[in-house]
Amino acid sequence: MKNSDISEKITIHTILIVGSFIMVLPFIWMFLTSIKSLAVSMQIPPVIFPKEIIWKNYVDVWNKLPFSQFYINTILLVLFRVLFAITLCSMAAYSFARIKFPGRDLIFMIVLIQLMIPSQLFIIPQYLIVVKLAWLNTIKALVLPGIVNAFGTFLLRQFFLSLPAELEEAGILDGCNRWQLYWKIMMPLAKSGLVALSIFTAIYAWKDLLWPLVVNMSIEKMPLSAGLANLQGQYTTNYPQLMAGSIFAITPMIILFFFFQKQFIQGIATTGSKN
Amino acid sequence: MNVLMAKGNKEDISVSPQTMQRSKKNWNKKAIDYAWGYFMIAPTIIGLLILNIWPLIQTMYLSLCKLSGFGSAKFIGFDNYIKMFHDKELLKTILNTVEYTILSVPIAVVLSLILAVLLNTNIKYKFIYRTLYFIPVVSTPAAIAMVWKWLMNYDYGLINYILSIFKIDGPNWISDPKFALFSLVIVGVWSCLGYNMVILLAGLQEIPKTFYEAAEIDGAKSINKFFLITIPMVSPTLFFVVITTLMSSLQIFDLIFMMIGNTNPALPNVQSLVFLFYRYSFFISNKGYGSAIAILLFMIIMIFTLIQLLFQKKWVHYE
Repeated sequence: MKNSDISEKITIHTILIVGSFIMVLPFIWMFLTSIKSLAVSMQIPPVIFPKEIIWKNYVDVWNKLPFSQFYINTILLVLFRVLFAITLCSMAAYSFARIKFPGRDLIFMIVLIQLMIPSQLFIIPQYLIVVKLAWLNTIKALVLPGIVNAFGTFLLRQFFLSLPAELEEAGILDGCNRWQLYWKIMMPLAKSGLVALSIFTAIYAWKDLLWPLVVNMSIEKMPLSAGLANLQGQYTTNYPQLMAGSIFAITPMIILFFFFQKQFIQGIATTGSKN
Repeated sequence: MNVLMAKGNKEDISVSPQTMQRSKKNWNKKAIDYAWGYFMIAPTIIGLLILNIWPLIQTMYLSLCKLSGFGSAKFIGFDNYIKMFHDKELLKTILNTVEYTILSVPIAVVLSLILAVLLNTNIKYKFIYRTLYFIPVVSTPAAIAMVWKWLMNYDYGLINYILSIFKIDGPNWISDPKFALFSLVIVGVWSCLGYNMVILLAGLQEIPKTFYEAAEIDGAKSINKFFLITIPMVSPTLFFVVITTLMSSLQIFDLIFMMIGNTNPALPNVQSLVFLFYRYSFFISNKGYGSAIAILLFMIIMIFTLIQLLFQKKWVHYE
């Protein structure tokens, strides 16, 4: 290896390490603050590692807000959104990609319209629908706008279009009907697309704040994102407790990410390249 | 058919009824196929009509109405839109949103491209970096906003302490109207770097190695390779990243809601269109004006997208 190569590599690593430090520092600080007492957290100069580790903030936050309920609500929200995305999007996507029915391209415009328009334009009427159905403060209300997913339909359609036609033709010769072609032949082949869509949908539902704030004012029915906003509203300045709450809120998804890193990264990369 | 007939097959006589039968059968098959087609798109399309297309029409209509309480909408024509021109708060909000976007999009795109290029080199432990940069993408924005608010705290924040070591008097990042928008840009860029980087990295990996090898034989320098090969080849992906970052920047809400909040003196200088939309629609409960703001936001997004599409021809290379 040449000297210039080595120095180049050192430069690259240095930049990346400094970058990583900036990316991770807020999370480290979040944790370090969450194990400090209020007084220690406000000392100047700041105490980096507290002499006495205090777990009480976690207990206090857990008791102040129904965190277990937040978890359940978030899990249900994510689960239903993902289930709807996988089933309904894949069905529609298969049909749009593989069946030549009259009016197909015209109908597909509806999907494209939804894709291009910012979600804020739907929120007030969607809220009025929720009010009319008397669904305010329910999990149903949280899930509602995600039942249909234009992005998912678009993504999977691209995916189905990229699969070779021969596989399906073999199925037709075997006498499969459309449903069997879709469910037994195409779906297993679209696994990576479905994983990508699931991850994208899950992250999106997990992070969404505006819609939960609009439809679920009752604290028992909030997901983590809105619950955390509520925590801040109540205890604006007790940062050790706010940070403990934040740790509660971010940990599940980060753990999931560490376990399924490859799928997460590939999934996100797919959503980029398929567009 | 012609081939069959020309062969003088025994079945010649019966060809015509059989053909008819066959075409009928074909037609039936087609009809069944169509039925499957419609059946499979039905849930999605019905859902989109109810949850998106109808709401879209309704929002357009509501923007022409005055709403008081639930249900009772009074048609007032373009009054909401006319009101906009005299609404200083709204005009400031448009400026804030555009300013935030114009600051954050280039920074975010350039930084994530640099990161992606560095990660695309032949170095060890790439995956560790990739993972670390990606963590903010999977973290709840509410939590991210709170920890940054804490880091940027004027009195006890870590950032101002670090600055004080270098004898710099740190600003009041969150409540100083001059700095609040800049602080939002920092956090916004920080939050989206990982996402953009991963997408760009995928784009970079698709560039054939032979391009670079050929350039090396011609004695091209790194910087030339970057501008003459990397940028043009990755431009479609880069364009996608520009558009998605642009869209999400114009729709910024979470960070303002969580970091700035309703009582902050800097709010008028940073609040975004979506934030104002939320306040009018669900706090002040003026859903008519809220709808008009949403339509305005859509038009601004369209303008930005159109500008991008026009510029696209100049720098995006599709194969």
